[in-house]
Amino acid sequence: MKGGQALIKSLIDKGADTVFGYPGGQLLPLYDMIYDSDLKHILVRHEQCAAHAADGYARASGKVGVCIATSGPGATNLVTGIATAYMDSSPVLSIAGQVPTHLIGNDAFQEVDMIGITMPITKHNFQVTDANDIPAIVNSSFDIALSGRPGPIVIDLPKDIQEQELEEYRNESVEIPGYKPTKKGHGLQIKRAAQTIIKSKKPVILAGGGVISAGASNELKKLSKLINAPVTTTLLGKSSFPEDNPVSMGMLGMHGRKVANLSVNESDCLIALGCRFSDRTTGKIDEFAPNAIIIHIDVDPAEIGKNVDVDIPIVGDAKIVLQSLIKLLKKDSTPLNTLKWIEHVKEFNKSCIPRISFENNLPLKPQQVMKELAQALDEETIMTTDVGQNQMWMAHFYNTQKPRTFISSGGLGTMGFGFPAAMGAKVAMPENDVVAVCGDGGFLMVCQDLATVKEYDIPVVVCVLDNRYLGMVAQWQKLFYNERMSHTHLGEVPDFVKLAESFGVRAERVEKVGETEKALKDALKSGEPTLIDIIIDPEEILPMVPPGCGLTEIVGEYKIEREIPGEIPYKQTKKAHEGGD
Amino acid sequence: MVMKMENPDSEKNHIISALVEHKPGVLQRVAGLFTRRGFNIDSITVGESEIQGIARMTIIAQGDEKVLEQVTKQLNKLLDVIKVRDLEVENTVKRELCLIKVHAPTEKVRSEIIQYANIFRGSIIDVSSEALTIEITGDSDKINALTDLLKGFGIKELARTGPTAISRGGKTI
Ligand SMILES: Cc1ncc(C[n+]2csc(CCOP(=O)(O)OP(=O)(O)O)c2C)c(N)n1
Ligand SMILES: [Mg+2]
Repeated sequence: MKGGQALIKSLIDKGADTVFGYPGGQLLPLYDMIYDSDLKHILVRHEQCAAHAADGYARASGKVGVCIATSGPGATNLVTGIATAYMDSSPVLSIAGQVPTHLIGNDAFQEVDMIGITMPITKHNFQVTDANDIPAIVNSSFDIALSGRPGPIVIDLPKDIQEQELEEYRNESVEIPGYKPTKKGHGLQIKRAAQTIIKSKKPVILAGGGVISAGASNELKKLSKLINAPVTTTLLGKSSFPEDNPVSMGMLGMHGRKVANLSVNESDCLIALGCRFSDRTTGKIDEFAPNAIIIHIDVDPAEIGKNVDVDIPIVGDAKIVLQSLIKLLKKDSTPLNTLKWIEHVKEFNKSCIPRISFENNLPLKPQQVMKELAQALDEETIMTTDVGQNQMWMAHFYNTQKPRTFISSGGLGTMGFGFPAAMGAKVAMPENDVVAVCGDGGFLMVCQDLATVKEYDIPVVVCVLDNRYLGMVAQWQKLFYNERMSHTHLGEVPDFVKLAESFGVRAERVEKVGETEKALKDALKSGEPTLIDIIIDPEEILPMVPPGCGLTEIVGEYKIEREIPGEIPYKQTKKAHEGGD
Repeated sequence: MVMKMENPDSEKNHIISALVEHKPGVLQRVAGLFTRRGFNIDSITVGESEIQGIARMTIIAQGDEKVLEQVTKQLNKLLDVIKVRDLEVENTVKRELCLIKVHAPTEKVRSEIIQYANIFRGSIIDVSSEALTIEITGDSDKINALTDLLKGFGIKELARTGPTAISRGGKTI
């Protein structure tokens, strides 16, 4: 058996049914072996899409997503995708071709130091120097990618190693004495947490992506119910808790919902689960949850105390820790003091729901589009988003109910993520409908992969929210830069319908109320990949907390609740606006 | 390996001792992490430890406690890093090796330099008609003191290893 064959065998044995890739000179031996193998390979049209597709595959299924690219430019094209997966703790395995071992270090044709480049953006990376190590490296890659805090792995695979004969295929793992993720939380700390919770009057749960990767949604629901705590989520935590539940407050943060931002501000006990308190979630750190005792449960010790000072740190797997915490809470018979709070939050929550209808607006308001998406789709539908206003509209106005049904690039905010991630999600979960909601700017960054969904018949639906603007940047220019719209208008081209049709992809344009819902239903019924070009109002602005401000200083919030459509009395803020999107 | 020699003994100094797998790339992973997290490294020494296949790294770095805590935690996350400890400065012995090539054109100068070296318990490890090379080990203050004295003669070359350290008493990291 040769190195390349060993790689294929180990991938298949580890359950990688499909890989996304793009060949090249240094991968010719491997691709020649893939040709004869049972490994299902999807040829993307840009390596970045291979990485995002593997990421979408991983996030939708909870399994490792695998992508392959050749050395040099192929490998560097993966980098954005790997960084995206790293920031969002997604188990993506990238296999990069490399020049033959005797040429490494010579600036050989298409040589890059992929190990060096990806060191800061991977959980770990391996360069294979002996084909006999391949099974162990692949096995360990899967185990490392999935365990503890999940994360991406890179395997750098020189050309000669692909052809090297193995002495023997040994199905073993690399021994890593420096890696033992903590799962069970510290008993004493869990006890302290339980005591604090029992004493609290205004508990709030903040759920992050860690709840989803730990599969702790049920425990989260139990805890919320047990202690009468409303639940808010980070962007990545969205879908960890059913958002039609009256105690769900939706997303927290810079673009968070009002009820979430204000309730966290009022809370006296914040239970943060599997989240990392990013600046987009906390707003101005000194003003974050000022009245709360903070309990932070996370599997990554480095996240605890990094951004927010924590009163009760618990390192461990969210599911396992929650189980112990719930057990303790159930044992305690002290009556809770939280009913008034939860009733108050429920009422407040209702009052924050938009009371106005957007049906009379033309061009379409994004809120109306979100409403029609919700009407057309069921709760099993996996939604991916791109980055920008489209993402925040989805986060705000589209409710998710089940874990792993909302996939979005949070930490890196990578434009171009939504469509390829949807492609990967559909491959992983063929029984679920998969819909990507993208901006026109972001979609255009990856539109070449319409060829892939067509060729492989991957029936995803892409909704392009067509505002002809780099909307999120334009929004900041409107709010904070005196409406000086520097290079954010996208102009008149392309015609997205014609673009899709040139790939042989079904396409439709939507301009009026009711058409989105119908187009979506038709698309899903067709069973074909479809692009829906939805013309929306470029003027619509989201409520937000200006950077550098506390979570309660929401500007533009009238926009959800305003009685008179059309009027835009947002206040100009003079605060510094560092750290843009 | 000394990366930067800015007053390696300033009070916000930390002595970080780490056991790492003795493998290619480990030094890069560790050093890169410090840079990325905004922590200044004064020196790193690496060499074999008591365990086969495991190296001990001693990192002298400065920065505030919070950043240090973050760096230590991030170091612990590196798969090649087995153990990390921020050693207490008072309970740690720290030694550095320094080789100094001093301009010594005459017999008189040479004997003066040798006297200095003796006072500091350094030894002369190379002699030529223009220069002497002194080897000295000790804590960084001692080495600084000698190099200051020798500056007047003209130091032609100087090589410092940066400190390596081990905690006092029977405890291990
Ligand atoms: C690769 C990349 N480049 C630039 C940005 C900065 N950025 C954030 S949102 C945004 C505008 C996105 O425009 P569009 O895709 O049309 O979405 P919209 O906001 O209009 O919904 C830009 C340029 C980014 N996040 N990612
Ligand atoms: Mg746009």
